[in-house]
Amino acid sequence: MRNKGRILLGGLGIVAVGLLAGRCAPSAPKGAKKAGAVSDVAVAAQKTYIAPGDLDEYYMFSSGGHSGQVYVYGIPSMRHLSTIPVYTPYPATGYGFDDESKAMLGNLTWGDAHHPALSETNGDYDGRWLFINDMNGRLARIDLRDFKTKQILGPIPNVSGNHASSFLTPNTEYAVMGSRFSIPIPKGTVAGIDKYATDYKGVVAGIKIDAKTGEMALGWQILMPPFDYDLGDAGKKASDGWVFFTSYNTERATGKLEVTASQRDRDYIAAVDWRAAEKAVAEGKADTIGGVKVLDPKKVPGVVYFMPCGKSPHGVDVSPDGKWIIGSGKLQGVTTAFNFEKVQTAIRNKDFTGDEDGIPVLKYESIKDAEVPVGLGPLHTQFGPDGFAYTSLFVDSAIAKWKLGTWEVVDKVPMSYSIGHLAAAEGDTVSPDGNYLVGLNKLSHGRHLSVGPSQPESSQLVDITEEKMKLLYDAFTEPEPHYAQIVKADKLHPIEVYPKEENKHPLAIWDVKDAGVTRQGNKVIAKVVEVRSTITPTVIEVNEGDIVTVAITNIEQTTDELHGFGLLDYNINVVVDPGETKTFTFTATRKGVYPYYCTNFCSALHQEMQGYLIVKPRG
Amino acid sequence: MQALIEKTNRFLEIPLGVAPRSMVLLAFLLLVPCYLFPLYDMTMFAPQYPEGLRLHIYSYKLDGGNAGQDIKEINVLNHYIGMKDLSTDEFTEFKWIPFVVGALGLLFLRAAVLGKMAHLVDVLVLYLYFGLFALWSFAYKMYWYGHHLAPTASVKVDAFTPPLFGYKKLANFEVYAYPGLGSYALALVALLLTVALFLAWRSSRRLTPSG
Repeated sequence: MRNKGRILLGGLGIVAVGLLAGRCAPSAPKGAKKAGAVSDVAVAAQKTYIAPGDLDEYYMFSSGGHSGQVYVYGIPSMRHLSTIPVYTPYPATGYGFDDESKAMLGNLTWGDAHHPALSETNGDYDGRWLFINDMNGRLARIDLRDFKTKQILGPIPNVSGNHASSFLTPNTEYAVMGSRFSIPIPKGTVAGIDKYATDYKGVVAGIKIDAKTGEMALGWQILMPPFDYDLGDAGKKASDGWVFFTSYNTERATGKLEVTASQRDRDYIAAVDWRAAEKAVAEGKADTIGGVKVLDPKKVPGVVYFMPCGKSPHGVDVSPDGKWIIGSGKLQGVTTAFNFEKVQTAIRNKDFTGDEDGIPVLKYESIKDAEVPVGLGPLHTQFGPDGFAYTSLFVDSAIAKWKLGTWEVVDKVPMSYSIGHLAAAEGDTVSPDGNYLVGLNKLSHGRHLSVGPSQPESSQLVDITEEKMKLLYDAFTEPEPHYAQIVKADKLHPIEVYPKEENKHPLAIWDVKDAGVTRQGNKVIAKVVEVRSTITPTVIEVNEGDIVTVAITNIEQTTDELHGFGLLDYNINVVVDPGETKTFTFTATRKGVYPYYCTNFCSALHQEMQGYLIVKPRG
Repeated sequence: MQALIEKTNRFLEIPLGVAPRSMVLLAFLLLVPCYLFPLYDMTMFAPQYPEGLRLHIYSYKLDGGNAGQDIKEINVLNHYIGMKDLSTDEFTEFKWIPFVVGALGLLFLRAAVLGKMAHLVDVLVLYLYFGLFALWSFAYKMYWYGHHLAPTASVKVDAFTPPLFGYKKLANFEVYAYPGLGSYALALVALLLTVALFLAWRSSRRLTPSG
């Protein structure tokens, strides 16, 4: 009887809770308005509206992630202006189809490009080049004179999973690289996963950049414990001469890393004295591994130190004056500000708590200035001109604004949704611009017309001119923006045609009279002229089996008069800009008649711009 | 009749005063700009060319805006209507005009130094003849280009003459043609010579009230 009563009471209780729940369950969270970030429409519209024909104030170079490209946006309109193909063929510009770009891509037809870096002089963007990393151990240079990829270096030996890249030193002396996935080196060496802690090696590397030409070459590499080197940043001003890399999995764990690599409360930021590394290599202190000079910290001390940092840190960012190194433990609610002076003092005083494979570990308490309670899941930090720092919070899906020195958090703005990197205008230089910031979000769900399951990413423009940050605009960017660089438009001076006098291509011709086919054995060279609205010659005859090189010169010198050359059934499409010469080479394996035509609409008689490749049968 | 001839002879023998001679010298100097500045400027606007394509005709060459690129662009466009390429080589004017202007300059100096009414009359008459002929020559050239279109042209247009002065709409182009600085200087030369002649004539009347 008593039991029955209890059961009854219990039952009533459940009903009551049920009713209560039924009455109170909200249709949206209390902070719904805040969580689904909104903006003051009138202000935002005025700030972002660029009237037809008017120009944006800034360029944003957004990484394309595993699309392998770089996307160029105008700010504040957030309009997509162009795509710069880097690691992936792009028929729209013929990239990856002509001989030169094909050779540059090598055998890889994809790349994962994360961190663009604008070249710097004295720590400020100089508008010359843009560098960007590829996870496949490569680094590319884009010339901002013509917005074209000019060099791809690598895959370079030993570096495996090049994520901690392409951060530049203040005078573009070096771009850096780092292994996110340690492996036995040199590449090709095999060791069981049970030997991970000892036989697998991480590598961080400095890629030397020629100050005049931007040409990249192998510089130094440093042998590191098998941690996952994640992001980097170069010291500047006070900390010039150093580069910093975050690392996670200092547990040296394998298998299910989301668990096994999240055990320690602190991992490390590696601080590398790159001038010391440069010097040690010059003094012959390096070993040669995989054909590259590699420094072993056990044998060459004084080049690298570990700074303990909050759990599994992601971003590391140096303040504009170079005094602070901001490291964000992504599994924490705080970001840590390290004092570079204190780091130096600790090194001098040998204020170490131990070592990792011969690399001294500095005492955390001795080098940190503050733990700033920015919010959950801090990832990356950018800066304004007035001592403010902006940290992206993945878990909180927000940006926190806080003050260097006083360490107080003054504002937060929600991001939709799950912000990864953020890019402030010139926000990683010695003189941040302070007008705009873009949150590069991983999720966009529900904030755009539905396009099916494969959803675009979202990039949100934020006004940072006032005390309170203001959301201005949602843009839906090509997959997948990681980091981006925002530069004042007047720092760039692109050309719009290739001047004829600069074209030194050996197969360039400038007169239709010179167009035609020459032959040496089974090697055929067709010199082709494209100009409105004829492709000369209009017929190219070759024999089956010939190795055919077609050299196309667009002899136009007029802005926007691009011409294409699409060759049907041979999988070829190149686009030549005004004043440019490109070649492509193929073997005429199939006899028959194959039309070619101008693929890039050029003129009223564009449709007539066509011709035939006639492949005559053998014998 | 004899009297008229004698009177004319006397008139032509009258020495020039300081003012007319200075004006002839000034006219000489004003020939220089026609080597430095265009005689004619033609500007063509179209929706695709908001900044306009610019053609400059000098006394000795053709030139285009945008570091010469505009003239190439004009030729690319004109080939669709079958017009012959505009090129410096096609203009015989560029060979004789600079020479004639130089020769006229020497005659100006001669008139200023020898300084008789006859020299002044000579240079004025020769100069006007030169000016009108050159004007006709250029105008005819414009007409010729617009009336000798290849019959195989991809775009057929009626024969036309570009505007010689002012505005004309040609297909999608608004064409403006105006004399250049060089031409204005040449017009000023004609004016100066005329005024010099007038002044000389007036002072000659004062010297010989009977005449």
